[in-house]
Amino acid sequence: MKEKVTYTKSSYFLTVLFSLLSLVWLFPIFEVVINSLKRNGAINANPFALPDADSFFGLSNYVTGLTFGNYPFLNSAAYSLIITVLSTFLILLCCSMTAWYIARVDNTFARIFYYLCTFSMIVPFQMVMFTLSFTADRLKLNTPFTIPIVYLGFGAGLAIFMFVGFVKGLPLEIEEAAAIDGCGPVRTFFWVVLPMLKPTLISVGILEVMWIWNDYLLPYLVLDQTKYKTIPIHVQYLKGSYGAVDLGAIMAVIMMSILPIIILYLFCQKHIIKGVAAGAVKG
Amino acid sequence: MSDKKKKKAKRPSGSAVTSNLIRKPIQRWAPLFILPTFVCFCIGFIWPFLQGIYLSFCNFMTPKDAKWVGITNYVKAFSDPSFGRAFWNTTGFAVVSIVLINIIAFFIAYALTQAMRGANLFRTVFFMPNLIGGVVLGYIWSMIFDGILHRYGTYLEANATYGFWGLVILVAWQQIGYMMIIYIAGLQAVPGDMLEAAKIDGASGWKTLTKVILPNVMPSITICTFLTLTNSFKMFDQNLALTGGNPITTLADGSKIAATELLALNIYSTYNISRNWHGVAQAKAVIFFILVAVLALSQLYATRSKEVQQ
Repeated sequence: MKEKVTYTKSSYFLTVLFSLLSLVWLFPIFEVVINSLKRNGAINANPFALPDADSFFGLSNYVTGLTFGNYPFLNSAAYSLIITVLSTFLILLCCSMTAWYIARVDNTFARIFYYLCTFSMIVPFQMVMFTLSFTADRLKLNTPFTIPIVYLGFGAGLAIFMFVGFVKGLPLEIEEAAAIDGCGPVRTFFWVVLPMLKPTLISVGILEVMWIWNDYLLPYLVLDQTKYKTIPIHVQYLKGSYGAVDLGAIMAVIMMSILPIIILYLFCQKHIIKGVAAGAVKG
Repeated sequence: MSDKKKKKAKRPSGSAVTSNLIRKPIQRWAPLFILPTFVCFCIGFIWPFLQGIYLSFCNFMTPKDAKWVGITNYVKAFSDPSFGRAFWNTTGFAVVSIVLINIIAFFIAYALTQAMRGANLFRTVFFMPNLIGGVVLGYIWSMIFDGILHRYGTYLEANATYGFWGLVILVAWQQIGYMMIIYIAGLQAVPGDMLEAAKIDGASGWKTLTKVILPNVMPSITICTFLTLTNSFKMFDQNLALTGGNPITTLADGSKIAATELLALNIYSTYNISRNWHGVAQAKAVIFFILVAVLALSQLYATRSKEVQQ
């Protein structure tokens, strides 16, 4: 790919075309930015106009947005962060360990478990959502600190499937050498196998983060709604009960919820794009 | 993908290749390696799945007061006009979005793998909508659509056609970037000497595309059609946040039909009608699961068999 490329006339045409297309692509996000800076009345009158002297509202919408809807936005953001980090960590740790067990032990139980995991990938969430919320309620899994167990349970399928595929390709000799040198299975896994799994850990981790951070229905059904909200629940809640009241504040809330992800994306987009491509090929 | 399968087949099966040097000690640590995941898997998947099948034959408020009613729920589900409407909505939506997303994503990926300035920047831009959750996306786009329709004196939830195409545009905007990434990976794996050979033999651009490139990216096409198919059948958040099923009409017998509702949302709203509908919603969920599973498996089977012929 790195060889010298020659640009032809048509390639300049493509660049111009795609620059325009990119602007169209970014337009919805641009809309959110400008409307979050305008007075509510001005948004209703014309959402596409740029803010002018009359309609410009500074950062007031953001100040309102922080406490809008009787629930502090920062709480939702914190719960979203806690749930995403804990769940992703738990999924990566437990599923990579299980996948190693499945690939190396490979007895009847391991095989059945593996087939169940593959099966679970085609089951839509709607099939289990009502019963899952009953079970989670009874086992007190309805807080941000215990919901990772639910995420591990429902998300294990894809993660184990990807990890097993990768572990099967690892050379056995390295682990055998570790065993001969006196490493037990626990040390072999954490010191030898886990470092080799790094690329898959990154791909799986990215897929899980994108899923859990943006997930609406599972936390909505499982979490105790009177105490805990995540960002998607928060936004849907504002729409349901305050939709017509203060669009400006809602735009500010949306801006605050997408800005951190976009910044994160710009910093590690190479990993994200590579992770998505790798994850998809395995699927 | 087909030669990956061959490679796997050549390997001796796991138990033969794993020496007892490794296998036995790991087995002793089973409680640590496999038990926590297995327990969670039972809580989060197996138990709810089995209980879901059982409850689809019951009238229930909670699992404790479930009463067996046989196939009544399934009869009710099939005779519910809103379920049929949601089914056709979903089918139409799936067909349109699979075609639209895959064609556009493929051509964007094709253009971005040509010699072009700024290709990486464009790739970054097109992928960005994927990071935003469905609920937030629905909100952003409902504002935009309402802003446009406002000029013509109407609004998004006034007309089912607006809602349908609105959802198509939203989902295309979100998913084209994702599929583009997969197509780019596929296109970059097309062997360079094959393209050169085609050039030397005097193949036109179109011929090269259809006879050389397309057969080579068949695995990516399989994955992308699979993902767009299952994504559009399972679509929920975007549907809920964009129109929430509106406009809703009430029939003479009091039942309601939501004109822009897809299957997943229909199951959810059925559950919320009243306690007598819980069982019906669960029965619909079982039907939905079977539908998604059959579609996904037959799609994989159909496109995989094309890959082998290349």
